[in-house]
Amino acid sequence: MAAPRLIVIGAGPAGVRAAEALVQAGLRPTVIDEGRRDGGQIYRRQPENFSRPYAQLYGSEAAKAQALHHAFDTLKPRLDYRPETLAWSISGGALHVIRDGRAQALPYDALLICSGATDRLLPLPGWNRAGCYSLGAAQIALKAQACAIGHRVAFVGTGPLLYLVASQYLKAGASLAAVIDTSPAAPAAALPGLLARPALLLRGLGLIARLRRAGVPLLRGATPLRVEGDADNGADALVVRDASGRERRFSCDAVAMGYHLRAETQLADLARCDFRFDDASRQWLPAIDEDGRASANGIYLAGDGARILGADGAEAAGRLAALAALHDLGLQPGAGRYAAEHKALRARLAKMERFRRGLALAFPWPQAQAAALPDEAVVCRCETITAGELRRCATELGGSELNRAKAFSRVGMGRCQGRYCGHAGAEIVAAACNAPVQQVGRLRGQAPVKPLPLDVEVVQ
Amino acid sequence: MPSATAIPGGRFVRLGETARRAVHLTVDGRPVTALEGDTLLVAVLANGGHLRHSEFGDGVRSGFCLMSACQDCWVRGAGGERWRACSTPVAEGMAVLTQLPEATWPRRD
Amino acid sequence: MSAPPSATPIAAAPETLRADVIVVGGGLVGASAAFFLRRRGLSVILLERGLVGQQASGTNFGNVRRQGRALAQLPLAARARDIWGQLPELLGEDAEFLDSGHLRVCYSEAQAEDFARYAIDAQPYGLKLEVMGAAELRRRYGLFGPEVLAGSLSAVDGHANPRLAGPAFGRGARRAGATVLEHTEVLRVEREGGDFLVHTQTHPAGDEGPRCRAPQLLVSTGAWGNRIAAAFGEPVPIVAHGPQMGVTEPLPYAIGPAIGVTTKNVAEGMYFRQVKRGNIVFGGGPKGPAYADRLRAYVEPANTLNQLQQLRRLAPALGGLQLIRTWSGIEGYLQDSKPVLGPSGKVDGLYYAFGFCGEGFAIGPGIGDSMAELIATGQTSTPYPDSHIGRFAAPAESAAA
Repeated sequence: MAAPRLIVIGAGPAGVRAAEALVQAGLRPTVIDEGRRDGGQIYRRQPENFSRPYAQLYGSEAAKAQALHHAFDTLKPRLDYRPETLAWSISGGALHVIRDGRAQALPYDALLICSGATDRLLPLPGWNRAGCYSLGAAQIALKAQACAIGHRVAFVGTGPLLYLVASQYLKAGASLAAVIDTSPAAPAAALPGLLARPALLLRGLGLIARLRRAGVPLLRGATPLRVEGDADNGADALVVRDASGRERRFSCDAVAMGYHLRAETQLADLARCDFRFDDASRQWLPAIDEDGRASANGIYLAGDGARILGADGAEAAGRLAALAALHDLGLQPGAGRYAAEHKALRARLAKMERFRRGLALAFPWPQAQAAALPDEAVVCRCETITAGELRRCATELGGSELNRAKAFSRVGMGRCQGRYCGHAGAEIVAAACNAPVQQVGRLRGQAPVKPLPLDVEVVQ
Repeated sequence: MPSATAIPGGRFVRLGETARRAVHLTVDGRPVTALEGDTLLVAVLANGGHLRHSEFGDGVRSGFCLMSACQDCWVRGAGGERWRACSTPVAEGMAVLTQLPEATWPRRD
Repeated sequence: MSAPPSATPIAAAPETLRADVIVVGGGLVGASAAFFLRRRGLSVILLERGLVGQQASGTNFGNVRRQGRALAQLPLAARARDIWGQLPELLGEDAEFLDSGHLRVCYSEAQAEDFARYAIDAQPYGLKLEVMGAAELRRRYGLFGPEVLAGSLSAVDGHANPRLAGPAFGRGARRAGATVLEHTEVLRVEREGGDFLVHTQTHPAGDEGPRCRAPQLLVSTGAWGNRIAAAFGEPVPIVAHGPQMGVTEPLPYAIGPAIGVTTKNVAEGMYFRQVKRGNIVFGGGPKGPAYADRLRAYVEPANTLNQLQQLRRLAPALGGLQLIRTWSGIEGYLQDSKPVLGPSGKVDGLYYAFGFCGEGFAIGPGIGDSMAELIATGQTSTPYPDSHIGRFAAPAESAAA
């Protein structure tokens, strides 16, 4: 019998640990990654000719980052590793990839999709100007390119990443205009979840304290109002309303924004996996069992692309999914050892899940702000479509389901295919139609998951 | 605390790693110097304020996600190339255009 | 109609809606038929399982062309073309219809000769075509590849936005007084007296829906046309296929006509159009899988890759562009490439208009208008030849008919 063909998509924490488990089982999996280097986003590697040490790049996570990178470096000779390769569609038991303008179909017996996440964004008026970035972008600029995104940076949004990136900028010598959190101080309900990972909680509180000590304006429970600036020069200020109702204006030439993360699920969608609405994070996620098996045959999902649990959760989930794939292919390692490890991994994930729910309670997605976006605010940055136009399509043209609203308004039809406008778009349509947001549905993934050049050569 | 090394006329600010080999490119015909290991996005934005003009009239864009997700940083090369600036390493001699292309067919009927 | 009083509580009977005509299937054909029936003063109920214009009507290429159609279809195509041009007056919106022309080109001399012949044959039907050789094509449109040998331009044809057209007719029908019920699936159709009694349920919830009663019924359910046809003893061998569509990123608007390759080789079929916002929409080549029962259709990645090669071959100037998105839809096909159109062969008051084999968009509003005329007056001035459902009847049946 021929060796089973396993493909791992994504060389971040989940994909690396999945590949590791497969190699340990004696297989030679194919690992597809779009980036030039492994590591994903959280442990993104700087270019080879950069010299900053791990402690400077990853702070408290330096040891984990180093361990992950080392693990992959060790694995590489035993993998069919394909960097700078885009997985753009799935069909008929084959993964369709493109690298350097050459397209190929890779058949698989099992596909482990570890596609990670992006920032989750809430539009605000002016966010389509130059100088506006996601929190993740601000972090990547620093981590992978040793740059700040501007001379004076404002940070706005909610979630631990807001404070993490801001304090990383502070430490690196950048100039901060303000840190604006839309969430008020954490409600008591969030604490049990947050206490599931006490070390992380303490670290977060420490970041906030450091920013305060440095004199960075720090607002909680604030409402972002607009990014000011002009079409030729980009952003020049962030205006917010603070918790007491006062309008505050912060001069800046860059605004970094984000509200937790949004799972990258287009490949799971193209693989015809079922999706479920997740109340805690208020987003649609692919349905998986506790080991990462999706509803479609031969598909396994792990990491932030399936459940936003962060890097530690991703590593555990990647390994668990690989073990599940091995089991399903009849290749599982010694049953007893597998059972014990399995139990431990699942327990780790459950703890991270509790922490995640605490985070969602402490730093909620400000859905009311999405629904209340002024008509003139651009919702779809790719197509420059306003909230008012989207509302009109929802209420006057009958676009009360998100794909219908997209068909009428063009929201989600641009190059990013709804990654950054989809969630807020759903909130706007739901509010306009007086419907719960899950009733509005979700934007269906369509191939190619990222733009394909017309100039493509097909390789057999 | 290290101070930010602001490069005049650039959106991005280099905070370190400046001891790298120079790479020379042009942006809209203007010669610009970047550092080996820069992405094309950083190469352009360390020397200027934008990557491209939006097709739909709302002005200049300078990228957004820096992780190949938003697709807002696609620029054109003078030789007709398409580069996603955040994921393309800068290379010697690249000629970047930030303006929209001219229509390349003579007329429409 | 309400249930009689009873000692034990029973569920209330569903309401019964009455009209002159019930139209089942709210695609472009059904919605425009409902609209034109209202303009002729008939009361109409339009029943749509999902949302108006969501299936084949909303996922096709958007060509609005008369050029290239069989000569006998040209009067109907002209009727449709007139309606497309009148959308602003009829519906208050234009569905982004552009009368910027349709240009078909070819790679073979034989096909070029065919263009010339067709241009002569189509002239009596009022279709003015301009045939050009390779040199003139290059002079006028500097975007074609070296294999393009000849072209034929129909200056007043054009293209429109399929996502908008069906829904626009649906809203127009409603404004004109039609009862338009979306998310309403037909469970079964009974005959009672001289009427059709239609039982419905909500979709996807599956709750009981209203009953509808009318002396006339139009079946415009696209790929699902056989459900009702078979129930009335007139099964048709309709199959579902998925168009393979794609759209590129935008570039400055410069290409007016919809452009297509005319060829007998399916693999090199390619057509594209530039929308005002600048994106290039394209399609062509082999169809993909469509599952009518599951309401799903897919794009085969291999088809997309082939299309990109064909697009570059046809118009190398587009080579630097990027593909953003692909989609498919559920289209109904009959083996002889003609729709099922006209009165039932067995049941008085029953009419069919479905199965347009991937060519229903351009003539859709004309079909709707023509069916309204047929239902209202008993005949149509623009028949579609050889489209009667009787052609699928077993020989014994058709002999007896």
